[in-house]
Amino acid sequence: MTVTHSETPPVINKFTITVATVNGSGSQSANNTLLRTIHNMGVPVSGKNIFPSNIQGLPAWFTIRVSKHGYLARSEQSEILVAMNRASIQEDIQNLASGGICLYPEEIQLPLKRDDVTFYPMPVTELVKESGADFKLKPYVANMVYVGILAYLLKLDMNEIEAALTYNFYGKQKAITLNYATAKAAYQWGEVNLAKSDPFRIERMSATEGTLLIDGNSAAALGAIFGGVQFIAWYPITPSTSIVDNLSEYLPRLRREADGKATYAIVQAEDELAVIGMVVGAGWAGARSMTATSGPGLSLMAEFAGYAYFAEIPAVIWDVQRMGPSTGLPTRVAHDDILAAYMLGHGDGRHVCLIPSSVAECFEFGGAALDLAERLQTLVIVLSDLDLGMNLWPTKPFEYPDKPLDRGKVLSTEELTRLQGEWKRYADVDGDGVCYRTLPGTNHPAAAYFTRGTGHNEAAAYSERPEDWSANLNRLAKKHDYARTIVPAPVVDLIESAEVGLISFGSNDAAIQEARDLLNLAGIPTSYLRLRALPLESSLVEFIRKHKRLYVIENNQDGQMHSLIQLHTPADAVRIVSIAKCDGFPLTARWIREAILTQEAKEMV
Amino acid sequence: MTTTAKPESAAVNRVGLSKADYNGLPSTLCNGCGHYSIANVIAAAAFDLSLEPTRVAKFSGIGCSSKSPAYFLGRSHGINGLHGRMPSLATGATTVNRDLVAIGVSGDGDTGSIGFGQFKHLLRRNVDMVYIIENNGVYGLTKGQLSATADLGQKLKHGGLNEMPPFDLCLEAIIAGCGFVARSFAGDPRQLQTLIKAAFSYHGTAVLNVISPCVSFNNGEGSTKSYVWGRDHEMPLHEIDFVPLEHDEIRAEYEPGEIKDVAMHDGSVIRLKKIGQEYDPTDRMAVIRLLEEESAGQLFTTGLLYVNEGRQTLVEQNRLVDIPLVMVPNEKLRPSRAALDGIIAEYM
Repeated sequence: MTVTHSETPPVINKFTITVATVNGSGSQSANNTLLRTIHNMGVPVSGKNIFPSNIQGLPAWFTIRVSKHGYLARSEQSEILVAMNRASIQEDIQNLASGGICLYPEEIQLPLKRDDVTFYPMPVTELVKESGADFKLKPYVANMVYVGILAYLLKLDMNEIEAALTYNFYGKQKAITLNYATAKAAYQWGEVNLAKSDPFRIERMSATEGTLLIDGNSAAALGAIFGGVQFIAWYPITPSTSIVDNLSEYLPRLRREADGKATYAIVQAEDELAVIGMVVGAGWAGARSMTATSGPGLSLMAEFAGYAYFAEIPAVIWDVQRMGPSTGLPTRVAHDDILAAYMLGHGDGRHVCLIPSSVAECFEFGGAALDLAERLQTLVIVLSDLDLGMNLWPTKPFEYPDKPLDRGKVLSTEELTRLQGEWKRYADVDGDGVCYRTLPGTNHPAAAYFTRGTGHNEAAAYSERPEDWSANLNRLAKKHDYARTIVPAPVVDLIESAEVGLISFGSNDAAIQEARDLLNLAGIPTSYLRLRALPLESSLVEFIRKHKRLYVIENNQDGQMHSLIQLHTPADAVRIVSIAKCDGFPLTARWIREAILTQEAKEMV
Repeated sequence: MTTTAKPESAAVNRVGLSKADYNGLPSTLCNGCGHYSIANVIAAAAFDLSLEPTRVAKFSGIGCSSKSPAYFLGRSHGINGLHGRMPSLATGATTVNRDLVAIGVSGDGDTGSIGFGQFKHLLRRNVDMVYIIENNGVYGLTKGQLSATADLGQKLKHGGLNEMPPFDLCLEAIIAGCGFVARSFAGDPRQLQTLIKAAFSYHGTAVLNVISPCVSFNNGEGSTKSYVWGRDHEMPLHEIDFVPLEHDEIRAEYEPGEIKDVAMHDGSVIRLKKIGQEYDPTDRMAVIRLLEEESAGQLFTTGLLYVNEGRQTLVEQNRLVDIPLVMVPNEKLRPSRAALDGIIAEYM
């Protein structure tokens, strides 16, 4: 039965819960109910679903970090374990923090006991039986037992549990009733049978007021819709699929005419080769076009990426990064497509990349990517990742876009008439490297031009002349330089006294913010520059010049962004150190702190 | 029988354009290349049909065939994409602009090998376009390798002996669900032009597999894709006439009982005159049987092999607005502030 240990002071709103389950056992609703309950009690909370590449059977973990300080990054260790999976229970108990607690179904024989852990058995089978749930629903209802018992132990508000269940099972009253009754029975069982001896509590705060929980892929889809997306082609691939799932859910609601007809099209293609061909074809014809994919899909899109760059056709790829190389770990995170995306395709050429670090930026870049693609007449790749895309993050409500859609330089029939038909597709009229285009169907005898991936002159005619070739590549390089001035600029937090500058990007942001606080406590103040786009630009150079020591922190093996930064500022390259790691998990503040302290110690020698 | 001035003899067609307005750039293909004849026939067909060149969009992949869209309809937008990827480009472009009259030109390598998957899936989706395969059984631009449509037992200087049976692209098209499948010969411009006109009127993907001899690498004795073989062994299914919706000048002199009219979606009619054999081009099993039988023989049947306009196109499946998506004004592309507020409220 319950093992108690000496009383310790209460630990309020500062701990991590790990729910260890078998993949496919239906724990998602239970975990999201806990997450939403804590969020709605005003306490900052984030959840990470660590799941296998499997539909059913392999171990999965859901970690819920409760942080009164608002830290949303992954924490390496949990204080609370809900051990629902026999296969992983031994390791799960070993990993638990000292002083932690372990809830487990009483049917499971504990393989290991720890004196520094409090064990709470849960009568899962008994409570499920009492719930009256039919055979099919039993595994789902079983998860409500740990929800109810955790609610008792942590002092969660049962009304909030009910509200969260109502939200998660929207409209399904029977499911709400059954699940809530089970959670409540478990709560009451806890009150009667469990002597709480651990220090962990949730207390109401008001830190989450006015915020919502959403995942990055949903935010990206909404951003694209409010950015006027017209055409989507795609092929299913983890972890990007839910971008298109969300587009398929919201577009019919938001973008149909009164007669039910759509102002958008979604085509599920036969492979990623066809996906990008369709997106480029639609972009060529004048539509705001996008796809969502991940590493292997991006590789297949390489040839068309070069084509879009060279023939200058707008297109957007959302690359929700997972861990490569090769098939890698499809359900684990990394930021390992930086170089591949920037250089995608053979021959010379670089692509504009946007790198969101929050769900709010996923929304913002959903539209910005479409604008930039049409403004620059080129491929834009958005580098999101699995952690940002598939996990729930708190955010303020998204801001309605305040700028009109940017459709770029397109000559209409009227403009061609005014120009008396005198125009050249690849002439740099404005000096920014971006030329004027016409769309197929434009009703003017001089509107047409022949689009090709072969060598061409200003008039889009086939040319093998060396001067035409160099002029074209030089202009494309000039366009890339122009892109530097209009892509989202880095976000810089400059600390006057800091000798150390941290550079990072994407969803590392949460861990870096926390690591900076830890480094401050260790006596190392840091400035921070968060990149939001490629190509790199001038404020990065200024930032580098202002600091003695620079660390580029990233979640990949090779330090990919580090290499690009060194190339961008060769004179400063030796002062720029790579802090890189790739193990499938989001970076943690503790790891960043240790890595930088180790480097700083070398400096002191 | 009514007779009016034939369009060929008029200086301009119904949209006020001359034949020259349908020309493209001078060819850079080899002299006598079947592909160039086809380009000229496409231009003539478009002129006869009075297509607005600015509404036409030309698509191609890579290879000798894929260069040819530069040689016709210079006033039409064209896109020369990647090897085997023309179908996906055309799918994207025609979906967002349903008003485009789309024509794709491909080759046997582009369609039968590297782009075989895209070809089949284009047909499955029934993208509304004319799809011409200029089939010469050889890789010309890389100087003479065997393609997937090369004859069994064929010998090429570089390609060596072909010991594998060819794909019949007409059969593949029918099996993939294509509702307009024709075969013709670059040396028979009259039949080809009639088929191209009918293909332009067809609603959905219309595939024309045109035997187009390669004068440089595959025009030798014994090749079924040579001019000599084609002229000697071609077996037309029917004599064909095409009666466009708007025209009334063509009235073929057919005897009742020998004629089959096939109505197109737009109201135009393909009129087939039997020549000696019982053949119904709306009978899918019959055409499959015919193609299977002839693969063992020494003939290639030309003409409209199969037509069935029953399936909806990709644009129709997507229930798109009546105007092209690219013409939808910006105000309609961005939902309202209230719509965003509503969604946010659902998350709260």
